[in-house]
Amino acid sequence: MNRPFSPPSIHKPRSIGLTLQALALAVISLVWMYPFLWLVSASLKDSLEIFVSGLDLIPADWQWNNYARAWNDAGFGRYMLNSIVITTGSVLIVVVRCALTGYVLARYNFIGKRVVVGIFLATIFIPAGYTIIAVMELSQELGLLNTHLGIILALSGGGHVAAVLLYTGYFSRIPRELEEAAVLDGASFFQVFRSIMLPLAGPVTATVSVLTFLSTWNAFFVPLVFTFSRPDLRTLAVGMLAFRGEHSTDWSGAAAAATLSLIPVVLLFMFLQRYFLEGIAGAVKS
Amino acid sequence: MAMSELDTGRQSIPTRRASAPSGVLARLWSDRWIYLFLLPTAVLYSMYSLWPIGVSWWYSLLDWNGFEENGAYIGLANYREVFQDGFFWRAVGRTALFAVITVPIRLVLALMVAVMLNNPRLPFARLFRTAIFLPVVTTTAIIGVIMQFIFDPAGGPINIMLLETGLVDRPVNFLGDSSTALYTVMGVHIWKWLGVTMIYWLAALQTINEELYEAARVDGANAWNVFRHITVPLLKPFALIIGVLTFLDTINVFDMILTMTRGGPFFSTEVIDVFIYRQAFAATIPRLGYASAAAVAFGLLTIVLAVIQILTFRNAREARRSM
Repeated sequence: MNRPFSPPSIHKPRSIGLTLQALALAVISLVWMYPFLWLVSASLKDSLEIFVSGLDLIPADWQWNNYARAWNDAGFGRYMLNSIVITTGSVLIVVVRCALTGYVLARYNFIGKRVVVGIFLATIFIPAGYTIIAVMELSQELGLLNTHLGIILALSGGGHVAAVLLYTGYFSRIPRELEEAAVLDGASFFQVFRSIMLPLAGPVTATVSVLTFLSTWNAFFVPLVFTFSRPDLRTLAVGMLAFRGEHSTDWSGAAAAATLSLIPVVLLFMFLQRYFLEGIAGAVKS
Repeated sequence: MAMSELDTGRQSIPTRRASAPSGVLARLWSDRWIYLFLLPTAVLYSMYSLWPIGVSWWYSLLDWNGFEENGAYIGLANYREVFQDGFFWRAVGRTALFAVITVPIRLVLALMVAVMLNNPRLPFARLFRTAIFLPVVTTTAIIGVIMQFIFDPAGGPINIMLLETGLVDRPVNFLGDSSTALYTVMGVHIWKWLGVTMIYWLAALQTINEELYEAARVDGANAWNVFRHITVPLLKPFALIIGVLTFLDTINVFDMILTMTRGGPFFSTEVIDVFIYRQAFAATIPRLGYASAAAVAFGLLTIVLAVIQILTFRNAREARRSM
């Protein structure tokens, strides 16, 4: 999937058709990027200039204090911390529980296996929004409703069947000889998993981590309803909606807050693009 | 999807079955590590997926405002009311309209982009791919808020552009007018998620051998004929799953709609998940039982639709095969 830039070549002159295609794609790409360019530009203008200067993307006077205002006064420093805590916790739980489940499903037969697989396949497409009332009631009973842990468990406990299937697919392709040798050497069930299988599944762990990071960082419904009565637990996504409600005229502050919220996920994507794309393409390939 | 992979573990049976026939318990005991490995998922998945799915059915039979500890059992009254509720059906209709309009556009546009990007001689392919995929990774709820600015009638860039080029003489209140709001949200949805469908198509295109294209070109086939007679037939097996995955995004548009329009103006963007949210969380007196009934009813509707879709697809395929 990773095509290198094709260098202009003298031997294969590009057809007009190819040039037109590249032009069409350039226009689409520009349209697709424009909202982000506008956002970054607006985050550096003062609120008045956003209205007056219209389409000019370069700010007349760079207003870095918009960021300070979003970070300190509007509480986005706090929201950023909440997002980081919740995302890290969720990624850890999803990786551990899905790797363990995928491993035994891929390599062992046991009583009840068909039931487990059947339940997963039957519930794979249930969106979070349709079970939220019950999840909230459960969290309330367990005293988890207004806590980081409650949000983490609600985001990582259910669903994520795709992650289990990714691990299952990978583990089932590892040759049996590897673990047989280890068992002869006296390795226990857990040691085989811990020191042979899990390290081999590194690429899957990377893909699952990245996809879980993405879905948790961007989650909105669960953090929204879990923080109705605890604004200090808001994540960036929820904080953004609150900011819009409380400071509806502060466009530049909102733009700075939005930019701050998007930077981590955009950076991660830029550096780990391969895992994002492989993880998503995996849904089709299997 | 991964059924075949899940079955490979069976090779280990012979050694394991060697235990005595009376030994179900012995077998369970010898497999204790397996069950220990399953434990975290078994506990968490039961709590956060299975229990909520199951108990939603029970909630849907209750008259329950959420302030009281327990609701009052009222049988199927919620369902009777849901099926007579014009707001429910209009919300279902909007969700359906959303899918009917955005899914084909995403599928076709993404396929066109993917085919162009798949050409190894195209310059800047990676750059284009990254640009089109970038919205996918961004937080939908934040995009929703940004889009309020972008489409703002007073100072948003879209309206400034339209006014300056003379395409309109008065600003268009895209999100504030009930005749345009839903279509604006659809446009943003397509913009946001096109990259995912593009990656699906690219993954499918990667399965086509490059030599096939070369051979066809050597034989003098033009681009359209190559597409028509090589690409399309070979992509067909992937079309259903890509269509389903793309469709699934459209029953999950809550984040975007709540942050862009909150279901307004005048309920014109209230799709089914926003309707459920309004009943359960945004009403002055929450109706958790009623919201659950709506969720269950909609879930059943989608399952019925999905089964019909798969059956028609299968029948069509078999009919074609027998021709």
